[in-house]
Amino acid sequence: MLSEDAIATARQSSRGLLLTLPLLAFIAVFFAAPIGAMLWRSVSNPMPASMMPLTVAALSDWDAKALPGEAAFAALVEDLRSLKREDAAKLGAALNFDFGGLNSLIRKTAREAAKLTPLFAESLVKLDKSWGNQAVWAAIAAGTQNLTAKNYLAALDMRYGPDLSVQAVPQRDAIYLMLFGRTAWVALLVTVLCLILGYPLAWLLANAGPKTAGLLMILLLLPFWTSLLVRTTAWIAILQSQGVVNDSLVFLGLVDDKDRIQLVYNMTGTLVAMTQVLLPFMVLPLYAVMKTIPPVYLRAASSMGARPFTGFWRVYLPLTMPGVAAGGLLVFILAVGYYITPALVGGPSGQLISNLIAYHVQQSLNWGLAAALSTVLLGAVIALYLVFNKVAGADRLRFG
Amino acid sequence: MSGWGILARVMAGFALVFLIAPLLVIVPLSFNAEPFFTFTDKMLAFDPEGYSTRWYRAILDDTVWREALLNSLVIGGFATLLATVLGTLAAMGLARGDVPFKGAIMGLVISPMITPVVIAATGMYFFYSNLGITQTHLGLIVAHAALGAPFVVITVTASLTGYDWNLTRAGASLGANPATTFFRVTLPLILPGVISGALFAFATSFDEVVTVLFLGGPEQVTIPRKMWSGIREQISPAILAAATLLIIVAAGLLVVVEWLRRRGERMQVRAR
Repeated sequence: MLSEDAIATARQSSRGLLLTLPLLAFIAVFFAAPIGAMLWRSVSNPMPASMMPLTVAALSDWDAKALPGEAAFAALVEDLRSLKREDAAKLGAALNFDFGGLNSLIRKTAREAAKLTPLFAESLVKLDKSWGNQAVWAAIAAGTQNLTAKNYLAALDMRYGPDLSVQAVPQRDAIYLMLFGRTAWVALLVTVLCLILGYPLAWLLANAGPKTAGLLMILLLLPFWTSLLVRTTAWIAILQSQGVVNDSLVFLGLVDDKDRIQLVYNMTGTLVAMTQVLLPFMVLPLYAVMKTIPPVYLRAASSMGARPFTGFWRVYLPLTMPGVAAGGLLVFILAVGYYITPALVGGPSGQLISNLIAYHVQQSLNWGLAAALSTVLLGAVIALYLVFNKVAGADRLRFG
Repeated sequence: MSGWGILARVMAGFALVFLIAPLLVIVPLSFNAEPFFTFTDKMLAFDPEGYSTRWYRAILDDTVWREALLNSLVIGGFATLLATVLGTLAAMGLARGDVPFKGAIMGLVISPMITPVVIAATGMYFFYSNLGITQTHLGLIVAHAALGAPFVVITVTASLTGYDWNLTRAGASLGANPATTFFRVTLPLILPGVISGALFAFATSFDEVVTVLFLGGPEQVTIPRKMWSGIREQISPAILAAATLLIIVAAGLLVVVEWLRRRGERMQVRAR
């Protein structure tokens, strides 16, 4: 028999669960499910196979050591003959992501397919010699898999070669690993800059008198509440070649009017603007920790003969490490996913992985690759969040 | 004061200037009489002729900017309402002792805060177009409510840590049903937290541009969307006038939230 208390507790916790359900359902439907469905696109690729069923069947036992046999050529012609013009265009566009030039090749062949005569292995190559290229057939075999790893290969600068083995893409096309590296590097630099600037500021906030601390808090929180676009606009006004910084440098004679420094629309602009935007996320967790450290600890250290720096290094800094970890992880997590600031002030050299994802969604329309890049990025963010949750706890996300 | 103390103060001062300078630069530039994005000689000489309110008149008279403001207020208002109701309910649930799967629930609730917004917007773009709510106000309201709800959950949960649950039991023992107890007893006490959360949710929506870029159509141009195209196409001081007005909005929100936070702290101290 359960005691009455136990029943009451169980009832209470199930009622608690019930109250969270509306929000959980809402987030599941309008936030989590859309992301899940999008990530699924990174492996799911049903369209090309559905348009070339005979070719897929004919290539199923192809060993990719030489050109496929006449059966595969005939199947391809048969498939393309039965395609509507707009479907051929869709198929060509999809396969073109795997092998440049396949778009025009597929369209052209679909247009001429009715006129082709056996042997197709000869007439197709006569129509376009690309059909005699084994790499084209490998791209079709790889591009018509229902479940595919090709997007993840592409996201890691790899692809299927002519013999369907995994190989690195040529140096000039290898951009994604470099971009992941750049994103991590920028996030790390921004985190370090925020720590260098934020640590003394948090210390001042925690140790000032209540009046001064109140004023400092407002100076910290006003930018925090100000629109991101406003702050980014402000950095353009400050950093551009006719901007405040360059004007001052020219006025002071430090820089010649003709060679003003390029501070924005490049990596510098991204770093400066992101550091300013994310600085409050470093200061607030640090301040929360520092406020709980009694000043007597430092006085005790100095009374026992520690010099100020030793006292700081051996006593204060270790005590603030939870704040450093929380603030640092938070800034890093937010920085790796940054989109708006790099897009507006980054120029070509200041673009991060989020900007590439947006590019593939909106412009290149390579949604599978966008999904694969998103999966890698989101995986990194979730891993970092789990660490954050372990060292700081989710309630450290409270601001203001 | 030791040398280290002075160094720390100088660094802290630099950090404050770095934080606040961008806002300070924008305000005078928005009064530029010339269509430039930089300080003119007349401005630097404090010549009144160098200053003008023309850019403020330009945006206040422009129907596009006014429509953008209306869109921002409508989308932000409904998104805030949705986020606040759902978020407060969830926080009430999570605050009650041992809710099963609390960690997992919290993770899902927090996820919109930490997910890179481009990923969220891309997912929504595909999913919402299947639901037929892209290029509608409804789509953006729902998207912004999801992005804002975590802030409500966090602030309300925090204000509930100082709440004495015996008050709820007292309400129930006096015959009030749970809804009456909530509205007559609990809500008045946690109201500062609820309003702070709502303001956070509103600020999130009011500043959000990525989902608007992905999901919105020509009918859903909001203030941030208008600023985005202004920054990318031609930068005129009109953008800076809008930016200055947004700084005033931010200052207003900040003052209200800080006032509520202090009030909440005082009430908790008194309750103990």
